[in-house]
Amino acid sequence: MASFMNKLSKIKWNHYVNYAAVAIVAIVFSAMTFAGGLPQSTLFLLEKTTMNIVLAVSLSLVVGFLGELSLGHAGFMCVGAYIGGKTACLLDGAIDGKGILSFIISLAVGALVAGVFGFIIGLPALRLKGDYLAIVTLAFGEIVKTVFENSSKESFGGPIGLRTPRFDKQYLFIIGFILVLLTMFIIQNLIRSKHGRAITAIRDNEIAARATGINVTKYKLVGFIISSSLAGVAGVFYSFANSTVKAAVFDYNYSIEILIMVVLGGMGNISGAIVSATVITYINTQLQTLLTGDLAVLKDIIYALILVVIIIYNNAPSLKFFREKYNMKALVSKIFKFVGKPSAGKDDESAWHRVPTKIEMNEILSTDLKVVESTLEPDKEDKG
Amino acid sequence: MDFIVTLVNGLSLGGIYAMIALGYTMVYGIAKMLNFAHGDVIMVGGYTVLVFLAVNPVLAIVMSVIFCLLLGIVIEKVAYKPLRGASPLAVLITAIGVSYLLQSLALIIFGAAPEFVIIANLGTLDLGPISIKYSTIITLVATVIVMTVLSLFVKYSKIGRAMVAVSEDRDAARLMGININMIITITFAIGSALAALAGVCSLLNVPTITPTYGAMPGIKAFTAAVIGGIGSIPGAMVGGILLGIVECLCKAVPEIAPYTIAIEFAILIVILLVKPTGILGKKRREKV
Repeated sequence: MASFMNKLSKIKWNHYVNYAAVAIVAIVFSAMTFAGGLPQSTLFLLEKTTMNIVLAVSLSLVVGFLGELSLGHAGFMCVGAYIGGKTACLLDGAIDGKGILSFIISLAVGALVAGVFGFIIGLPALRLKGDYLAIVTLAFGEIVKTVFENSSKESFGGPIGLRTPRFDKQYLFIIGFILVLLTMFIIQNLIRSKHGRAITAIRDNEIAARATGINVTKYKLVGFIISSSLAGVAGVFYSFANSTVKAAVFDYNYSIEILIMVVLGGMGNISGAIVSATVITYINTQLQTLLTGDLAVLKDIIYALILVVIIIYNNAPSLKFFREKYNMKALVSKIFKFVGKPSAGKDDESAWHRVPTKIEMNEILSTDLKVVESTLEPDKEDKG
Repeated sequence: MDFIVTLVNGLSLGGIYAMIALGYTMVYGIAKMLNFAHGDVIMVGGYTVLVFLAVNPVLAIVMSVIFCLLLGIVIEKVAYKPLRGASPLAVLITAIGVSYLLQSLALIIFGAAPEFVIIANLGTLDLGPISIKYSTIITLVATVIVMTVLSLFVKYSKIGRAMVAVSEDRDAARLMGININMIITITFAIGSALAALAGVCSLLNVPTITPTYGAMPGIKAFTAAVIGGIGSIPGAMVGGILLGIVECLCKAVPEIAPYTIAIEFAILIVILLVKPTGILGKKRREKV
C-alpha cells in the first residue's frame, strides 16, 4: 500500500491537469447532448473548436519549440482533408462508409500522406538556417490549393470540391475531443522526451546543440513531420464534419489565423494555445453574424494589430523592464497573495519538469548556482 | 515567332520580379530579415496611383513612389526597429502581422472588388511578324535603367558602399563609424520605392488591382531572390528575369498553364535542395 502511495506521489499530476480540463469539458458537453441535445450551431462550434485546437497545438510544436515558422499549416490540413475524404469515399463502397472504422482508416491515411509531404517540404528547408521554411511552406500551401482546384472531377472534384460521406453529426465532436487529447498526448510527451529536449536545445542555440552532437536536421524534421501529420488529422476531421471539401477554404489567411492562435496563447505554451484557439474560434463565429460586409475586415485589422503588438511587447529588447514588471506570472502571484494563498513561485519541483522557455532559461542561468542545484535535485531522484 | 514574343514578355515580367526581388535581397542582406510586408507595399503603391490618377498620371506615379518610400521607413521604424536584436522568429511574425494589417486596411478602404487603374492607353508595336505591347517595352527600359542606377549607386556612392559594408560585417561597419540604423532605414526606403515602381510597371501591363495584389508577386519575387542567391544584388536581377521567363513559357503551353505557380515553387524547392546559396550567392560559414 505504501509503495502504491509512493508511486502515486511520484506521478507529476500537474502534467495531467490540462488533459483533465479537456476531458471534463468533453464529458460535460457529451452529457448535455445525451440528456437533451444541443442546438446544431453549438455542435458545429464544438467541431470547429476541437479542429482548431488540434491545428494550434500542432503548429505550436513548430513555432514554439522548433523555433521555425510554418505558413502552410492550412496546406497540410488541405492534403489531409482531400486524401482522408477520398479514402472515405473509396471505403464507402467496401465497408459501411459512415462507420468508425472508415474514419480511423481515413485518419491514418490522411495523417500519413500529410506527414510524407511534411518530409518533402521540410527536408530542403530545415537543412538551412534562416527563414526558408516560412517561404517554402507558404509556397506549398499555394501549390496544394492550385493542384486540388485543377484536379479532374472524377479524382478530387476540381473547383466544385470533393463530396465526402458525412459522419453522424451528433457525436462527431466527441471524436474531436478525442483527437485533441491525442494531439496533446503526442506533443506533450514528445517535448518531455529526449527528442523534445534536443528540439528545444536547437531552438535556444543551434550551434551549441550541433556541438553537443545533436543531429539538427533530423530532430527538426521529426518535429515538423509530426506537426504536419497532425494538421493532416485536423483536415480529415474537417472532411468528416463537412459534406464538401473545397481547396479555397485552406488559404493563406487560415494559416495566419492558426499562427495568431499560437502567438496569442504564448509561444511554446500548449495550454495557452488550447485556450486561445477556443477563444478565437468562438469570437470568430460570433463576429461572423455580428459584423457583415465591409465591417468583417475590422476583425482582421484587430488580429493583425494584436499579432504585432504582442510580438513586439514580448520580444523587444528595450521593453525588458516592462515585461519583468507587468507579466502574467507577477499578476497571478499578486492575486494569490491577495486571496491569502501561497504564491505560485514556491513550487520549484513542478516548475522544473516543464520545458523552460528561452526567456526563463536566461533567468535560470542568471540566478545563484545554489538555486539551480536545488531545482536540479528532483531529476536525480528520478534516476535512482 | 510566338516564341520570341513570349520571351520578350517573360523578360519584361522578369524585370518586374527583379525590381521587387531587389528590395527583398537588399533588406535581407543588410537587416538579415525577411520583409514579408514588401509585397504589400506594391499593393499600397498601386492604390496610391489609383487615388492620384484623376489629377495627373505622372503625378500619380511620383506620388506612388514617394508614398511607398515613406511607408517603408514608417514600417521599419515602428515594427522592425524595436525588435533589433530579438529572435529572427519574432521579427518574421511581426513582418507577417504588418503584411496582414496592410491588406486588411486596403480591404476596408477600397473594398474587395478589383479596381481598374489605367495609367495610360498604350498601343502595340508592330514589327511585321511580331507585335509587342509598348507597356512591355517601357517595363524593360525601366528595369534596365533602375538596375544600372542601383548598381552604380551601390558601387560608387558613399551610402551604397556603406550598405555593402553593413551586409558584409555589421559590427566591423559600426566600428568604422557607419550609422547602422540610418543605413537600414535607407535600405528599406530604396526597397519600397523600387516596389512602387514595380507596381506601376505591372499596372501598365495588367490594369486591375485588389487588396491581395502584392501578395503573389511578393512571394514570387522572394523565390527569384533565393534562386539568384539571397543577399546578392546581381543575383536578384538574374533570378527575377529567369523566373519571369519560366512563368511566361509555362503560361504559353495550355496543358501546363494552370500549374504555373506550382512549377515556380517546385523550382524554389529544387534550388533549396541542390544549391541553397542560389546561382550567384556566396557560401558563408557560421561562426560562434
